[in-house]
Amino acid sequence: MRAGSPTVRDVSEQTALADIRGDSGGKPDAAVVRDALGVGVAVGLSGFAFGVTSAGTGLTLVQTCALSLLVFTGASQFALVGALAAGGNPFAAAAGAFFLGVRNAFYGLRLSQLLALPRAVRPFAAQWVIDETAAVALAQPSRRAVRIGFAVTGLSLYVLWNLTTLLGAVGAEAIGDTEAWGLDAAGPAVFLALLAPMLKSVTERVVAGLAVVLGLGLLPVLPAGLPVLVAALAVPVVLWVRGRRGATADGDLRGTER
Amino acid sequence: MNIWIAIGVTAVGCYAVKLVGLLVPDGVLERPLVRRLAALLPVALLAALTAQQTFADGQALVLDAKAAGLAAAALMLVMRAPFLIVVGAAVVVTAGVRAMAG
Repeated sequence: MRAGSPTVRDVSEQTALADIRGDSGGKPDAAVVRDALGVGVAVGLSGFAFGVTSAGTGLTLVQTCALSLLVFTGASQFALVGALAAGGNPFAAAAGAFFLGVRNAFYGLRLSQLLALPRAVRPFAAQWVIDETAAVALAQPSRRAVRIGFAVTGLSLYVLWNLTTLLGAVGAEAIGDTEAWGLDAAGPAVFLALLAPMLKSVTERVVAGLAVVLGLGLLPVLPAGLPVLVAALAVPVVLWVRGRRGATADGDLRGTER
Repeated sequence: MNIWIAIGVTAVGCYAVKLVGLLVPDGVLERPLVRRLAALLPVALLAALTAQQTFADGQALVLDAKAAGLAAAALMLVMRAPFLIVVGAAVVVTAGVRAMAG
């Protein structure tokens, strides 16, 4: 589940077109609903992959459905079941899933300004603050459109994601050996699809490369679940190195100005 | 029981960060360094998770059918295929390679 999927890109392109035509702010409600449903349905269907993966790693039907109902942020859910399947300590597994969910706080910050919800409503809206709702809502031209986009994406995605999770978990039991069907590849493929649109600049690519090296290199030596957390240290390391270079460059610049 | 603990901690933690974003006053988390960290954290985690779930079996590193499946997914991403096609390609190719090898 991620903002940069092609569907979402299409949505922002459509919105950009609307802006060019000069009717920003006057975008018809039906167009907003259509954009929102497109994303909600496409991504909602991938809950099936989560249901199958989760059941395939040995979680019960109730545990699998509880994750989609209560956690409702796809990357964290896949990460958690993957870590549990690898035999990780429950707190290390939860920590990896939690850190993946931290980005939602920043979507919430942007959405909070645009949605301008009453404080009493915010605890109910919070569960829907995820990649897709943020992508659709932030692409809208007016407050009314932002609110419609957020609500329709959130509702359609929440309902479908939970239904398809249930179907996937039930289906996994019927399928039997999920590995024979290649379904264990669904989890990493979802991660890759989420990651790809984030690799915009050299910094992102260096962070990703270093994280892969740390994640794989430490796997044989650290307890399950920990290598992923250590791989997160790629971020401060890369930022520190770039910061030092940036500081030197700034210094040079100031030198020439004087 | 361990699984329920993990589910509970994850659910509470993930809900809390969503709510924090909607509740904190503007400007508190808007410092550039914090924004950079938050934007790059998922990059590191997703890269490490993708690599591990593709090339690891328990604590051992392996090269099996999943690598072919992920290569197919990467190709679909380069071709800007929709999300479901990307995941579907990984599953179908992995199953296909296993069927041919097995």
